[in-house]
Amino acid sequence: MERLEIHDLSALFSVLKQDGYQIIGPTVRESAIVCERIQSVDELPAGVTDIQRPASYRLAERHDNALFGHRLGPQSWKRYLYPPRLQLFQAARTEKGITISPPTNGGAGDLPKYAFVGVRPCELSAIGIQDMVFARGTYVDPHYSAVRARIIVIAVNCTDPGETCFCASMKTGPQTESGYDLALTEVISAGSHLFVAQSGSDVGKELLARLKAAPASAEEIQRAEDLLDRASEKMGRSVDTYRLPELLHANIDHPQWDELDERCLSCGNCTQVCPTCFCSTVEDVTNLDGTEAGRWRKWDSCFTLEFSYIHGGCVRATTKSRYRQWMTHKLASWVDQFGTFGCVGCGRCITWCPVGIDITEEARAIRAQSTLLSTSSKGEM
Amino acid sequence: MAQKRKPKVAVWKFASCDGCQLSLLDCEDELLAIVEAIQIAYFPEATRAVVRGPYDLSLVEGSITTPHDAERIHQVRRSSKFLVTIGACATAGGIQALRNFKNVHEFVAGVYATPSYIETLAKSTAIADHIFVDFQLRGCPINKHQLLEVISAYLNGRKPNIPTYSVCMECKQKGLVCGLVTHGPPCLGPVTQAGCGALCPSYHRGCFGCFGPKETPNPSSLSEWWLKNGMKRDDLVRLYRSFNAYADPFRKESEAHEK
Repeated sequence: MERLEIHDLSALFSVLKQDGYQIIGPTVRESAIVCERIQSVDELPAGVTDIQRPASYRLAERHDNALFGHRLGPQSWKRYLYPPRLQLFQAARTEKGITISPPTNGGAGDLPKYAFVGVRPCELSAIGIQDMVFARGTYVDPHYSAVRARIIVIAVNCTDPGETCFCASMKTGPQTESGYDLALTEVISAGSHLFVAQSGSDVGKELLARLKAAPASAEEIQRAEDLLDRASEKMGRSVDTYRLPELLHANIDHPQWDELDERCLSCGNCTQVCPTCFCSTVEDVTNLDGTEAGRWRKWDSCFTLEFSYIHGGCVRATTKSRYRQWMTHKLASWVDQFGTFGCVGCGRCITWCPVGIDITEEARAIRAQSTLLSTSSKGEM
Repeated sequence: MAQKRKPKVAVWKFASCDGCQLSLLDCEDELLAIVEAIQIAYFPEATRAVVRGPYDLSLVEGSITTPHDAERIHQVRRSSKFLVTIGACATAGGIQALRNFKNVHEFVAGVYATPSYIETLAKSTAIADHIFVDFQLRGCPINKHQLLEVISAYLNGRKPNIPTYSVCMECKQKGLVCGLVTHGPPCLGPVTQAGCGALCPSYHRGCFGCFGPKETPNPSSLSEWWLKNGMKRDDLVRLYRSFNAYADPFRKESEAHEK
């Protein structure tokens, strides 16, 4: 493992830019720390953190000047890999007939090259889950795969998780295990502010070599490990995953769903901020005289009526049925479908729900009042 | 392609401020394409020239507030093949529907020197309360891109892409930071239909609900959350009583918190 100081981080930014990468990283915009295009280390949220609760997010000051002493921002990296709106193809009608051509915004030549800086372990897991959905198997999403293949991931381990975090119980954090090019752990103590860096790929190794990073001392590595050990305890929430899919599948008529029917706004915020939610709709647009048309893919949500509209009507007409669909997909049927949970414990759906609905509380309520599996053990899933 | 007869389009006005019809004239870059594709047959706001009906497409702005208009809207329906209501007045009664919560005769007596000259209905109501409407386009005012989309879909015989989900969906897709969660001003986004492109949240204002209630709205849950967090009932009533005050879900919610 190597050690990087702040000036090494600046050098890393320069190297990435030289190589043609757009750096996407955390920065303070208005009332939140968001992941956006940044140019320099100065734009990182030094000494700024956030306090997150159900339906509440506030910026706060830190006194240690940490660059990554904050938690997750309002939206995930999903919007870069899987943009909210994407043209799939365009068509033109001429006197000779109809021609279909590739989208103007999706040609391989003009795809962005992103360097994601500050990807948290849970987020990296979420990217892994979306890879499974979009980039593997019989039907590969060409746009996702093309952008995904070109990214560099500089992950940052979480030493200070927040109140809505529960990655430890979903086993996705607070320390990242794989999927990164570089993983950093920020270590701050009197008189020193450095990052213990671990490479996770040849690209990462090469980056460290180009930075001429010095090896981290045993003491520095130990300090990073201590911080990560304590991080799990700082997590504000947890989900008991013991036979969770079975529990939810067995409780589709649980009274808690009726209770949710009263509280849930079906606004769709949870799905839009969720780093693994992948649902989309397709829209065909035309110009007025019908000579040009285009097909667009747009983020959709299982909380909208139209999402489950088929011949004859909407399959999930009640809000209860939509919330149940979403939650049981995340915590139960996702396992049947993809072999992992669809929830990584990032807690965004809790923070950004306008009425503070908390998926961990709902899971707990269902377990508590269930005749099945009401006693949990700390066993594996 | 064979030259088709251009569809005849009429724009009708009832009780309204004209802002929605103006959205059509605001399509400056697209106006030439519009008149290329349709024949403006009746549009007093734009031209005195009138082509007689029947009309292929009617855009109806405004609410029904007088006995005369309650008759006239039936004539409009009879002369229109496809009728689209545009804007909060036409789809929900508009801001003037605030009078529905009071006795209109008291206003008439208080405002006019000779109240007997004024012939008005007790309530301002949506067009769909009087006639069958083929499509409703929400907004105060309507969004020009949505209007173009409806016209374009009509001309091309396809379904218009007008989502009925929440403003939050647009807000998140636009990458805005939620003002509700970050303790900004009260925002009706979670109960309001999309279509404005999250206009107010883009300028750090809460959603005012111009596009009316979204599909399956749940205003009582949002109100309960606000009350729990210190909002006054009077303020709740005012929030829901604006341009779409008389749209059912908003009306019921404001009435639930009155006095």
